[in-house]
Amino acid sequence: MRFSGEFPLTLTIAELVQGLTAGQYSSAEIVQDVLRRIEAQPGLNAFITVDRDGAEAAARMADAARARGQNAPLLGVPIAHKDIFCTAGIRTTCGSRMLTDFVAPYDATVVARLNAAGCVPVGKTNMDEFAMGSSNETSFFGPVRNPWDAQRVPGGSSGGSAAAVAARLVPAATGTDTGGSIRQPAALCGITGLKPSYGRVSRYGMIAFASSLDQAGPMAQTAEDCALLLAAMAGFDERDATALTAAVPDYQAALRSPIQGLRIGVVREHFGEGLDATVGDAMQAALREYERLGAKLVDISLPNSGHALPCYYVLAPAEASSNLARYDGVRYGYRAAEYRDLEDMYKKTRSQGFGPEVKRRIMIGTYALSAGYYDAYYLKAQRLRRLIAQDFGQAFESCDVIAGPTAPSPAFAIGAKSDPVSMYLNDIYTIPVNLAGLPAISLPAGFVEGLPVGLQLIGRYLDEARLLNVAHKFQEATDWHRRAPAGF
Amino acid sequence: MNKEDIEKIAHLARLGMTEQERDTYAEDLSRILGLVSQMDAVATNGVEPMTHPDEAILRLRPDVVSLEADRDRLLALAPDSRDGLYLVPKVIE
Repeated sequence: MRFSGEFPLTLTIAELVQGLTAGQYSSAEIVQDVLRRIEAQPGLNAFITVDRDGAEAAARMADAARARGQNAPLLGVPIAHKDIFCTAGIRTTCGSRMLTDFVAPYDATVVARLNAAGCVPVGKTNMDEFAMGSSNETSFFGPVRNPWDAQRVPGGSSGGSAAAVAARLVPAATGTDTGGSIRQPAALCGITGLKPSYGRVSRYGMIAFASSLDQAGPMAQTAEDCALLLAAMAGFDERDATALTAAVPDYQAALRSPIQGLRIGVVREHFGEGLDATVGDAMQAALREYERLGAKLVDISLPNSGHALPCYYVLAPAEASSNLARYDGVRYGYRAAEYRDLEDMYKKTRSQGFGPEVKRRIMIGTYALSAGYYDAYYLKAQRLRRLIAQDFGQAFESCDVIAGPTAPSPAFAIGAKSDPVSMYLNDIYTIPVNLAGLPAISLPAGFVEGLPVGLQLIGRYLDEARLLNVAHKFQEATDWHRRAPAGF
Repeated sequence: MNKEDIEKIAHLARLGMTEQERDTYAEDLSRILGLVSQMDAVATNGVEPMTHPDEAILRLRPDVVSLEADRDRLLALAPDSRDGLYLVPKVIE
């Protein structure tokens, strides 16, 4: 059947690929509808840049390739990129005034690989400035609104990507996750988001925040779609010194493995103080669903995970203060209009170019690394990091995956968390995973007062295939991931 | 954290700061350091610091040119450049 009229963007990537292959519609038709929908929703503020001409041209090329009998796994599928990934010829702002007019001379590896897999990039999504935030409110380009309730945040820092997928503006988007920035917005917007193991996906061309924690990953409606995207994104890259050489398994084939007898570790500490009772109820219901599917629940403990937040707020700012030293107004990016001398130029450029949260983190990091404080802060945090990572190793002796809430509460109101520490508390369940370098996925697992909540599954190092499998089985049995916000 | 501490750190980080900002940052940073001080509750003596999730030895590659930099394209990104050079305010009088 030929499709006509408004395009059903509730379709998943897997379904779109089927329709494209069967000739039910063209990529050009899908992309026209994507662009129309994006432009009809300016209030969400999910995009910083929409590349209409580039998207139309790429879609035509995809259709022409298909007509010539060529194929690629994601040929003709539209995708949005978080504005942290460098894109040759299209500006990359990282949500900052510092990079408002920055046009990178090359593509990030993630972008290049998704292009090679046939994806059609349609634009760059809004984000917390330099990925520092959990609500998308720190963006120089203004907050993103949650499609489930425009008065609430979408989460962050990949909030634009999460809102765009949740509002069905695009079927897929890329994100990055340093302390929860894929999983927390995925949870707050009711979509599926995967943070791969550290090193699984190349960081080349991904603007650095905290280099020992940053990792790129897919955001989409389903775990199956995340499997398709990860297959294209993952793998060795000689341009990233920390990219892993391990072979990329067949994620799609792994989706169908039975989960009978799977041991799911339930973290005692993640169901205690700090968790909204209503979110806790939704988690219990999700765990019961897994029991129905044949999994066994195992009580586990991560005794040091409660200290992950202070540990992270030393290590991440320390790495950030070093990474962000490059923004000096000399080689690229913003430069202050008036200054007396070189030092004054640096100071004015940086104080005008960075927003308050970025400056706070640079200050904390600079302090933690300064003479006389290094041992008490940075070294102490690195020792604690090992204890936190070791907890996971022990837990995985008695279970195959770990399950719990992604975030302690559903989406909160824009402006509700003005104190930085109360904002940081959003990431208490996601941060330990980054410190240990493990993979984790957030999937829709119910609603609390009309707002989506996410279930986080944490896997062993490089066990993305199992995570996607376990998430897919849940999505075969439930329809939370199929629900779209009213009006979208 | 007092104003003098903030001034010193801001200088190290090459961040300009107004009087009012110094007050705000003193308060914010004190609060964040309060959070950070919770680390002290954990005994970490004798624990090897963990620098990285993948602590394997960094991969080496042959010492040959692998990327030809396009000087003009990179210089075009600079706020100010001339004759193939980045321009900054005069450093030596």
